[in-house]
Amino acid sequence: MEIIKKSLLKSLWVMHAPMSPCNNCDIEILDALTPRYDLERFGIQLVGSIRHADVLLVSGVPNYKNYKKLKYLLDQAAKPCFVVGVGTCSCGRGMFKDSYNSPCNVDDLVKVDAYIPGCPPRPEAIIAGVVKLINALK
Amino acid sequence: MKKIIPIGPYHPLQDEPEFFKLYVEGENVVDIDIEIGYNHRGVEKLSETKHYDQVTFLVERICGICSTSHPFAYVNAMENLLGLEVPLRAKCIRTIVGELERIHSHLLWLGLAGHFIGYNTVWMWSWKYRENVCDILELISGNRQHYSMFKIGGVRKDIPQDLIPEVEKLCTNLVAVIDMFKGAVMDDPVIQARLKGVGVLTKEDAINYCVVGPTARASGVDIDVRRDDPYAAYGMIKFNVIVLQNGDVFDKAVVRILEMYESIKIIQQCLDILKTEKGEIEIKIHFIPKGEGLGRHEAPRGEVFHFIKSDGSNRPVRHKIRAPSYMNVASNKVAAVGQTVSDAAITLAAVDPCYCCTERAVILDRNDNIIYRYNDLIKLSQQKTEGLIKKLVKQK
Repeated sequence: MEIIKKSLLKSLWVMHAPMSPCNNCDIEILDALTPRYDLERFGIQLVGSIRHADVLLVSGVPNYKNYKKLKYLLDQAAKPCFVVGVGTCSCGRGMFKDSYNSPCNVDDLVKVDAYIPGCPPRPEAIIAGVVKLINALK
Repeated sequence: MKKIIPIGPYHPLQDEPEFFKLYVEGENVVDIDIEIGYNHRGVEKLSETKHYDQVTFLVERICGICSTSHPFAYVNAMENLLGLEVPLRAKCIRTIVGELERIHSHLLWLGLAGHFIGYNTVWMWSWKYRENVCDILELISGNRQHYSMFKIGGVRKDIPQDLIPEVEKLCTNLVAVIDMFKGAVMDDPVIQARLKGVGVLTKEDAINYCVVGPTARASGVDIDVRRDDPYAAYGMIKFNVIVLQNGDVFDKAVVRILEMYESIKIIQQCLDILKTEKGEIEIKIHFIPKGEGLGRHEAPRGEVFHFIKSDGSNRPVRHKIRAPSYMNVASNKVAAVGQTVSDAAITLAAVDPCYCCTERAVILDRNDNIIYRYNDLIKLSQQKTEGLIKKLVKQK
């Protein structure tokens, strides 16, 4: 377990699962990886498959077409895999709470380890969230 | 035999997440099927449960990239319903925010297009310079995204007089950036070889599929809501509508690059008006009468259309929204069919449905059990570019 913890702290690979977002959190996640903020210098990298990922970033509100897939996605991940909710929508659905197409919160589906609120959270806030997650792991 | 390549459904950077099924025979795409609905949040219905001022913020959250376009079209619809003329200062501020958004959206697309054809430098650079546009927007509105500048009857925040020179300076700095990208795309022999003649949408098909925005203008269809049906400050400002004839991916890129120059021209003219015009920035509205209103706005991707029906209460009875990608995406049916698989990624991306972090595409060959993920698709596309570079070097 010690070695897993040690290796996790060095480079968190993230995968990004949009559950019907408005794209803005997704842009800011990418923004955090591009030259101005450049999270990649800390070894944080966006990967294409959940099987490679240590962190699952969830943005947006789940809807009826995709809400079952989040749990399915997380089941395929190599453990430990942390779930981070990015944006107000994934923290508590925000203004889409009353929508007829929104069955539940993200944390009703999976256990969320960290929340990054904001609509959208600034790249600095995303970095702060990641730092807090790393500190909590220590 | 036909194979199916599902691309999607989740495309985190799209306006409207959609699910493409490419039917391929060998290397060639023979048919395409499009399924949407993965991003359905019921905004039109939600809008009926909120009062008119709240709807402005709701429609802003339809799309993060077009987060000014929808409020713009919505306030146009409301002002059409009210028969209202907003103050000149508000009109100029609206136009400035709208055009800044166009620059940021086009830069974003350029970066993603660069990524798809294997030019990751273009991707990183354009996203780097996109930050400068976000800075200007932050200076004006206080937010990097979701600017919340619009309200029915005007704008929520003024641009103070002492801020205008700074905004002007930052906008002038952007010209050099666009020059750089223009050079990177238009003078590069590899990009020309890679993109010319790929994903051609003829003028006839463009009209048949009702495409709008840069997708239509690259195919020789001369439409632009800003010029054809002027709203906000567009009626009193000089700008050109960029129209190119070939309809291939190269022209779509060039249209977007040249449009950014026009946007900067528009912003500068609006700032000049703001320097002398000292008036109100909003008209207070106390009552929404019974009636119907139509509003249009030329978003970065094309025409956004909003329809509002009011029964005299404080909530809309019906709110209909039509976004540009809805038409543009369907045109892939002709643009992508007949292309090779390695060209499919850039062709589908060329209509700007924002196609970045899509890692869900899988090629399933039921007989041979070959599985390609979307990454492989991008890799195929990038390999083709590399091959072209080698070929060009050999020729020299």
